[in-house]
Amino acid sequence: MTDRSLKGRVAVAGIGESRYYRHGQSPDPEFKLALQAILAACRDAGLAPTEIDGFASYGNERSDASRLAAALGIPQLRSATMQWGGGGGGCCAAVANAAAAIRAGMAECVVVFRSLAQGEYGRFGQSADLATVSGERAYLMPYGVLAPPQRFAMRVRRFMHDHGIRQEAMRAIALASYRHAQSNPRAVMHGKPLDEAGYDASRWIVEPFRLYDCCMENDGAAALILVDGQRARDFPHKPVYLLGAAAGSGYRAGADPHNAPGYAGANFGTLAPELYRMAGVSPQDVGVVQSYDNFTAGVAMALMEHGFFRPEEANEFLTPDNLSAPSGRLPLNTSGGNLAECYMQGFELVLEAVRQVRGTATALADRADVALVTGGPMVTPTSNLLLGSEAAL
Amino acid sequence: MNARKTGDARYLPAGLPIPVAEPDGLSAPYWQGLREGRLRVQRCPACQAWQFGPEWLCHRCHRFDPEWRDVEAKGLIHSWERVWHPSHPVLRRHGPYLAVLVELPHAGGVRMVGNLLGDPMQEVRIGAAVDGVFEHHPDAAPPYSLLQWRIRRNG
Repeated sequence: MTDRSLKGRVAVAGIGESRYYRHGQSPDPEFKLALQAILAACRDAGLAPTEIDGFASYGNERSDASRLAAALGIPQLRSATMQWGGGGGGCCAAVANAAAAIRAGMAECVVVFRSLAQGEYGRFGQSADLATVSGERAYLMPYGVLAPPQRFAMRVRRFMHDHGIRQEAMRAIALASYRHAQSNPRAVMHGKPLDEAGYDASRWIVEPFRLYDCCMENDGAAALILVDGQRARDFPHKPVYLLGAAAGSGYRAGADPHNAPGYAGANFGTLAPELYRMAGVSPQDVGVVQSYDNFTAGVAMALMEHGFFRPEEANEFLTPDNLSAPSGRLPLNTSGGNLAECYMQGFELVLEAVRQVRGTATALADRADVALVTGGPMVTPTSNLLLGSEAAL
Repeated sequence: MNARKTGDARYLPAGLPIPVAEPDGLSAPYWQGLREGRLRVQRCPACQAWQFGPEWLCHRCHRFDPEWRDVEAKGLIHSWERVWHPSHPVLRRHGPYLAVLVELPHAGGVRMVGNLLGDPMQEVRIGAAVDGVFEHHPDAAPPYSLLQWRIRRNG
């Protein structure tokens, strides 16, 4: 362990979330949902909310750290970090930024969270009503490339073309997510199973994305409390440590519009080696994965770039059984994820990784000591992290 | 130029956002070029690197203010999508439409997004040659032009 690593230096004291809703169904506004999630995480940790001294988030989070600190009566705010850009690409980086603050002695107890009420503030799947646009959007929106499905479908089409990846591989990711959601009472799609015929009969949103290839639009909030690793055993739950984290992207990933050299990929090419190096693990050590599912194909890209299979093995690897808990080759998105639990822009995936390592997940993987989370694929910056039990340190 | 002018034909319904240059004017030569039926892409006069979208400096040698070069509006389909779900009110009940990402091999391989003209249900092949078609909207407020694409028949 080098001195500059985060491995084992921070631990998760608690996790919590609001109730998860379909968009527009939350009776509470976004900021109130954030408070509910934070207080739930404090209860889970057995911590007084006044012990919080930092906040970290991403994705243009609207629930402002200073307002939260004032609302919660926190005596001293010491850290307030936001990851730049990239939407859900920041879901792991927010944890890393909080961890870095704790590791550097700049905070003791940081809440990492995301609150998002699309019913209140607008659905991601619908374009805002704009008279004029400039910059990157000007090269896309007048051509009907408006919302995320249209913005990512051409990357995915090229990815499928380059590697011969079939629609069935995408379907497998959707089916595994829905399968896992059926045992998760928090999941918005709990009680709404999906089978092959249901997927195949679903409408195209934009080819090659069917309805079930696309994430949901939801209202809710999710939060996690991070503390120094030396305090990991001071809380009610089994200790969960950060093993490693990485963020960013490769050469000119931000060359808009659609001019990135690594266009047909998820942008983990530079991150995955850094993550594994910090954590001191390899893909074979990872027992369970939570992979950001804006679209099913983004998961396929992320898993490939994290070394779980070679491109030519994708169709063989990506089957519902291989991706299912408890004993598939690589149990994936075991809460249902953005597709079937709740679109908390990936933060529900981070919480689920904690539950896997704790052993409290509703679809528990046989090997859950080392849990990977990959953030929003195809965006920049993106991020990833590994959590592990004490045995994994 | 291979590109043909198309008068007032439009591929998508009116009411989608109109492209304008940023307040700092970075992309103004591009949008003005389209209005004149010319496709312009930045090229560094020092190291000859092409880049699109525009930036204030060359990403390779860091010389400021790359030049705008007129390039032929032709290329190869790098990727494509057929859009069914309307993400904007004016697209409701419009039906499917095609967007393509076109690579310009003669301009350093820069890529740009447009619509593929013709039958929206046509089979689209990655690698197919396409020619640019300027779509002018002189009566819009503000006036603007787009660059669309059509499969090259004799290519």
